[in-house]
Amino acid sequence: MGILVDGATRVLVQGITGNQGAFHTRQMLDYGTRVVAGTSPGRGGREVHGVPVYDTVEEAVAGHGANASVIFVPAPFARDAAFEALEAGIKLLVMITEHIPVHDAMQVMAFASFRGATVVGPNTFGIISPGRTKLGIMPGGIYTPGPVGIAARSGTLSYEVAAALSAAGLGQSTVVGMGGDRVVGLSFVDLLELFSRDDETRVVVLVGEIGGTAEEEAAEYIRTMSKPVVAYLAGKSAPPGKRMGHAGAIIERGRGTFEGKVAALQQAGARVASLPWEVPQLVREALARS
Amino acid sequence: MKFFEYMAKEVFRRAGIPVPEGRVCCSPEEAEKACRELGPVAIKSQILAGARGKAGGIAFAHTPGEAREAAARLLGTELRGYRVERLLAEQKLTIEKELYLGIAVEGSARRPLLIASAHGGMDIEEVPERAIVRKPLDITWGMQPYVGRLVARRLGLDGPLARQFEDVALRLWGVFRHCDAELVEINPLAVVEAPGGVGPGGGRRLVAADARLSVDDEALYRQPDLPRVEEGTELERRVKSLGLSFVQLDGDIAVMANGAGITMATLDVLARYGGRPANFLDAGGGAAADLMSCAMEALLQTRPRVMLINIFGGITRCDEVARAIVRVKRDMGFSVPLVVRLVGTNEEQATRVLQEEGIAVLRHMEEAAARAVELARAGQRG
Repeated sequence: MGILVDGATRVLVQGITGNQGAFHTRQMLDYGTRVVAGTSPGRGGREVHGVPVYDTVEEAVAGHGANASVIFVPAPFARDAAFEALEAGIKLLVMITEHIPVHDAMQVMAFASFRGATVVGPNTFGIISPGRTKLGIMPGGIYTPGPVGIAARSGTLSYEVAAALSAAGLGQSTVVGMGGDRVVGLSFVDLLELFSRDDETRVVVLVGEIGGTAEEEAAEYIRTMSKPVVAYLAGKSAPPGKRMGHAGAIIERGRGTFEGKVAALQQAGARVASLPWEVPQLVREALARS
Repeated sequence: MKFFEYMAKEVFRRAGIPVPEGRVCCSPEEAEKACRELGPVAIKSQILAGARGKAGGIAFAHTPGEAREAAARLLGTELRGYRVERLLAEQKLTIEKELYLGIAVEGSARRPLLIASAHGGMDIEEVPERAIVRKPLDITWGMQPYVGRLVARRLGLDGPLARQFEDVALRLWGVFRHCDAELVEINPLAVVEAPGGVGPGGGRRLVAADARLSVDDEALYRQPDLPRVEEGTELERRVKSLGLSFVQLDGDIAVMANGAGITMATLDVLARYGGRPANFLDAGGGAAADLMSCAMEALLQTRPRVMLINIFGGITRCDEVARAIVRVKRDMGFSVPLVVRLVGTNEEQATRVLQEEGIAVLRHMEEAAARAVELARAGQRG
């Protein structure tokens, strides 16, 4: 099964005529993704790699039954694109765009929650259910189908982990990039819940990093899970991130550090790898026990 | 982007939040003049970090002569890693009580959070959880006046002070929204005796004795009216102006990777092998070839012993990175050994492009890190 997407997901690409939009539409089509339509205001009527282009999301949804959208629209226009998709009834938004102002991201999340939709990202590589479909910009060739669910805050680092798992013969059910920004749609906890309910997923890998409180919140949830969790966190030796000031410190209350996150995850029963290529061995051990 | 206190206060003042009267001073003479005009003053070092009082960055002066001396003492000193170039001389307040009020983005809740406490001032981070009021706000509907009243009540304020608090909180929300802020903060929000006795606060009023404003860098394009504050070294500013995420460190292995996560992991792995990174450079997803070559050129100018490029291309196309490397090699030559690890989108073309130039490509990050550390050590000996 996998989570969030499957081979039947009908994908719209917003910003399809742009450089990145066109390139990755090609890559997604080659992977087997059902890209049914694209939008690019003012360029309706064209085609990109055989995919029809519309001026509005409404037309693309009405004409092709798109139910998920991948957004490649530049940051200053991304909020508008997201609102347009949500208004047109899209239930899954994958926001690839980086550098979206945080106030815009908060507004998108508020509207998505009002419309009962799911947002992945922004600043994400997307979602892939190996062998079935990919909505995003990840290099498809590194993934193989299998029982490992991956939830990642960081893109390239999760490629590293996925490639290492595939090389070790450990395939993936679904790999989701939550996005590297401060405000993103799906959290580790949301994804852990989804993976818990998914029959195909037998172990979950969290790829996290320093800063924020997402890993500590994940740890709370992991205590309640029956499936094993393996984690890798980046940033042990990273330069100190910019502290926002008192309010940031009051929100985090001592959380957010590498050591704190590792301790929280370990106390909750997760195994934590100290290098990315240690993940396959820990996953293998977890699978053997489960 | 963080703002200096005096800039934040100017933004707050324009938004109708009461702030003390003050003058920015760059010389002892200016501080002397400010004290002559304002009476007894607090002289505050303007740096982009908090806890200045504890670090000795704030002085009080009752006479123009004292102000002059204090300014002479503070200007040019190094405070919490920053050089003090400007001071803010402000009318000295007689503070009866210090409150705390801030609004920040709470990432995990995906919305703004108002934080307040009846115990403000220094050591706000140490205030026990039960003494802190947290009120999640809705970015869409904005802050309603009742929230200000509710929070004022929970802080134990009543009467005219509660009404003033409601007003300040609403105006602070306005600054948060209009400036695309990540953080707005008043600490302390001071309760002071109003000069002249009986005012609308029964002789007491609220004043923002300090002000902190941090604006989302990604939104600066639509904030043309806000001043700009340049932070970091000259090199950091130059690389950041390319739109890349960069921090200078004190090691000898220059690092360029694509994505914050993999860049951090690269530093971790280098450290594991006993290497010392010279910098953190996240070239980002989809970084274009000319950006990458500018970044490489900047890194080479820091005279590292080795340069390590670690790319796992998703949206970034490896062949473009390879061409950028070749361009830098032809334009300026690599003055130091280069270790390239390049996998992902279009990796075959990339490998070909680099091999034609005689540049070896590694496939594994561990191998690349180990090689970089080894070369750095060899460079040290040589």
